[in-house]
Amino acid sequence: MKVLTRGTVTVDVEQCKGCDMCIPACPPGVLSMSREVNGRGYRFPILHPGCTGCQACQQICPDWVFEVFRYEEPIELEVPES
Amino acid sequence: MTDAIVERPIVPTEHRPDRAAHEVGHKVAPLLLTEQSHFCPGCGEPIAARTILENLVELGVAGQSVAVLGIGCYTAMASSFDIDTVQALHGRAPSVATGVKRMKPDSIVFTLQGDGDMVNEGLQEVLHTAARGESVTAILLNNGVFGETGGHMTATSVLGQRTKNTIDGRDAEYHGYPIRIADLIAQLDGVAYVARGSVHSPGAIAKTKKMVHKALQMQVERKGFSFVEILTMCPTGWFIPTIEGPQYMDDTLGQVHTMGELEVRG
Amino acid sequence: MTRRLMEGSEAIVEAAIAAGCRFFTGYPMTPFTEVLEHFSKRLPEVGGVCINAESELEAIGMTWGAAATGARAATGSVGQGLSLMQESIAEMALARVPIVVFNMSRGQSDYFQATRGGGHGDYRTIVLAPMDVSEAVELTQLAFHLADRWRNPVLVYGDFLIAHTSEAIDVQPIDFGPLPDKDWGIDGSTSGTGRSRMITSIGIGKAHSPTSGIIGHFEGIAPHLAAMQAAEARVETGFVDDADHIVVAFGTAGKFVRYVVGKMRADGVRVGYVRPITLWPFPEDAVARASEGKRAVMVFENSAGQLIDDVKISVLGRAPVIPIGGISTDASGFGVGDMYDAEVIRGRIEAVLAGQEVTS
Repeated sequence: MKVLTRGTVTVDVEQCKGCDMCIPACPPGVLSMSREVNGRGYRFPILHPGCTGCQACQQICPDWVFEVFRYEEPIELEVPES
Repeated sequence: MTDAIVERPIVPTEHRPDRAAHEVGHKVAPLLLTEQSHFCPGCGEPIAARTILENLVELGVAGQSVAVLGIGCYTAMASSFDIDTVQALHGRAPSVATGVKRMKPDSIVFTLQGDGDMVNEGLQEVLHTAARGESVTAILLNNGVFGETGGHMTATSVLGQRTKNTIDGRDAEYHGYPIRIADLIAQLDGVAYVARGSVHSPGAIAKTKKMVHKALQMQVERKGFSFVEILTMCPTGWFIPTIEGPQYMDDTLGQVHTMGELEVRG
Repeated sequence: MTRRLMEGSEAIVEAAIAAGCRFFTGYPMTPFTEVLEHFSKRLPEVGGVCINAESELEAIGMTWGAAATGARAATGSVGQGLSLMQESIAEMALARVPIVVFNMSRGQSDYFQATRGGGHGDYRTIVLAPMDVSEAVELTQLAFHLADRWRNPVLVYGDFLIAHTSEAIDVQPIDFGPLPDKDWGIDGSTSGTGRSRMITSIGIGKAHSPTSGIIGHFEGIAPHLAAMQAAEARVETGFVDDADHIVVAFGTAGKFVRYVVGKMRADGVRVGYVRPITLWPFPEDAVARASEGKRAVMVFENSAGQLIDDVKISVLGRAPVIPIGGISTDASGFGVGDMYDAEVIRGRIEAVLAGQEVTS
């Protein structure tokens, strides 16, 4: 299945304190918490296809973890049938 | 912890995109001397601070801004803000801000205080500063607890709220009732703008940012005292997991300290 | 030289304005009120600001903010009102914020508050105690100079007599010499430059220039206090060298003693006086030297006995220290009572000379 993806983010893994708040705040729900932990023992957000570059994660993040980008041309990313 | 790991493909996020794209927003709030922040996980205060710092830049007043900070967790921001700062004693920030603004009328002065600082210790200060219509902007970070001491009751703690010194929940007969400070201030004639927002969701953050924009704009236009109360999460002081902070805030503080604009001078 | 008859409160305000004070705030309280009145009339006329504070807590907070910009700022009250300001005064000494505080005291029982401070922690404030209106004009201007020189609050200890005695005064600015530029003054101009500044009492600097932190900040206070103490003690003495007895007194009480000693000297009595002009730093050396070889050191103060502590510390057993003052106020409790009478004071000194018990 193809998922339209308008943008992406970078995640500054070491800045994250694992508060999780970006996960439910992401409108398309394309963030989830990693299993691995960063240098301070916190899990951090990982990205899945479908990001719209809306900055919700960046706005609610208390620790400045996210850079947000919008592709000039949206792309299609493959995801397994859910 | 949301541990429902969905077996969805992972999009790498270490590096900036290799295809044509443009960045939107900023990773770090502007006007900060360091990215390091020592706030508890899930704290709402840096989120609120971003709305202020972004507004100072967007209004073009960063180069004349003065911050007057109260005493609380946010006091740590005094050293990270790239803003001329006067650290005030607990509760006294509105008076200190008044002195600064009266001597430097072209500066844009804002206070940053917590509910313990403003509504407990400095209630008299903020009310008189508002009544005098001082051309300053007071910003209250209201999380309903003394966060810095580890979660104790303040004058804005809501009934039923568990804190270190209301262990079975705040009880009206015993601990009295919360003060709705924004509503009090809105009664005073010297006030040009009073609003109450929060940072518990992207939508709420966007509204709060507009409120802070309007408040600072009132100061720029010398229309009188402006005040924005921002409800913030304090999972540590509420003794709940960080992920539950936003909902807890909405269910407790948000029900008593209702959000919206209370006074907008024409 | 055009002198004008004015009460002490007005002379103090004119002196402050001559010294460049452009911010004042206060809460009415007898006998301080007239200082506030004159400031509220005059400061707007010279482009300054005078705010009627809703309480002394607002007053000292607003003064802090004004002074943090580098402006010369002052506040004041009576001892009771200054009690509400102690926390801020103490912290301003740690934040190195220069302000002037006028205590138009009800007598002299605010001596401990002024010299020991009612605040917390290791801090001191320079305390200047004028004996009359003309000296108040000089010491008010000196207070602003010393506050800026040391970046430390400075107190001017006046009272009912100084506030309400009228004298013909020509208030002229006094030049006490150059002072360093106030580049620390907060005005927003370095915000966003990476070199923003901070005024704080807790010793944590901006991230771009981390200070030694709280420990270094507090450790730095001790040498600052020692330097002030070594540099700023001021005293007036008279007829001390060949005296058998001396009397120590400050402020308006000091003026009475000065007059009485002069009269007694004219009658051949070998008595001298020491008048501290700074209550802090206390002129310990002058008092110590003056007490050498004396039969007794008398202390005349309008209180239950506070100045006498510092006199004892300075005299250190060189001579017996005998209180000849006491509590003396009028029916309103605002002013000074019948003890401020040359004959009464002379009688008490003569009683000591004759070895009799002094009843205050």
